[in-house]
Amino acid sequence: MVTNNSTEYDSNTVNLPELDFSELEVGDALPPLYFGSISRHTLALYCGGSGDHNPIHVDQDFAKAAGYEDVFAHGMLSMAILGRMLTNWTKQENIKSFAVRFAAITQVLDEVTASATIKHKEHEDGEQRLTLEIETRTQTGTKTLSGSAMIVVPPSE
Amino acid sequence: MLNPENIGRKSEQREIKIERGQLKLFAKAISETNPIYFDQSAARAAGHRDILAPPTFGNCLKLLAPSKDLSYESLGIDYKSLLHAEEKIESFHPIYAGDRLILTTEVIDMYEKKGGALEFLVMRTSIHREGVLVQGLTGTVVMRRATN
Repeated sequence: MVTNNSTEYDSNTVNLPELDFSELEVGDALPPLYFGSISRHTLALYCGGSGDHNPIHVDQDFAKAAGYEDVFAHGMLSMAILGRMLTNWTKQENIKSFAVRFAAITQVLDEVTASATIKHKEHEDGEQRLTLEIETRTQTGTKTLSGSAMIVVPPSE
Repeated sequence: MLNPENIGRKSEQREIKIERGQLKLFAKAISETNPIYFDQSAARAAGHRDILAPPTFGNCLKLLAPSKDLSYESLGIDYKSLLHAEEKIESFHPIYAGDRLILTTEVIDMYEKKGGALEFLVMRTSIHREGVLVQGLTGTVVMRRATN
C-alpha cells in the first residue's frame, strides 16, 4: 500500500481514464478485486474507521456469548470492497446507485474477492447507462453479497 | 419485538463534520490504494476540493452521528440478534473532508418472514449539504426472534 506521506503516486490510478461506452458490451467482466484475508486487525481498523462499534465484529468473548463461534466481518466492509473494485474501474462520480443483499456472513480470516459483470447497456434520458451485477465471494465460493450498481458513462469528447 | 406503530417515525436532524482523519482511517481499513481517498494534495491534483469519501462512507455517518430519537432501544432492537439484510446507496454529489452534513432518518417499513421468526426493519437516511441532497441510504436489518 502507498504510504500516506508519499507524494508520488501512479497517475493512472489517480486520474482514471474515462470509460469508452461504445467499447463496453453486455457480459463483459470488470477486473475483479482480490482483497485477501479479513484479519482481526482489519476488523479492528474497520470498527474505528466506519464508526460501527458493534463488539460482535471485534470481541470474541462477546461473539461467543451471542451464539457465534468467533467474530465475523462487518457486511459493510465487503460492500466497501465492492466500492473499491468500482472506483478502480470508473470515476466515483459515475456511480449513481449501488445496492446489495447480504447473503452470508463473512467469517474472520475468510478471503474476499469482489467481481462484476455488465448486465444492461442502454441510452436513457440522454445518458449512457450501464447496470452491473456485483458480488463478493469467499475462498470457498460462498456468495456473501450480491447486488447491482448503476453507472452513467459521460459522453466521449 | 418490533412495533409497527414506529413506521413513519422520523429522527431529529443530526449535523456531522467530515474529518480528514476519519476518512484516512476508513481508507486504511479497506486497504484503499488510490491517494485521492487519503491524501489531500493528491485529491486536489485530481480536481477534488479535499479528500474524497469512498462510495460507501456515507453509510458510516449513520453510526458516526447516530439518532437519539430512533435508537435501537427505542425501536425494540437487541443488536446481538441483528444482521444486515440489504443496503442501497444513491449518490447525487460527492462527499469531501470538511463538509458539514445534515442527516435525517425515517422508519420506512417493518415486516416478518418465516412466521415471525425473522423480523425486518427498513430505514432511510438522507444526507444533505447546504440544503442539497448528496446521498440517500436505504438499509434493511433483520433480527432473529428468540424461540424457546
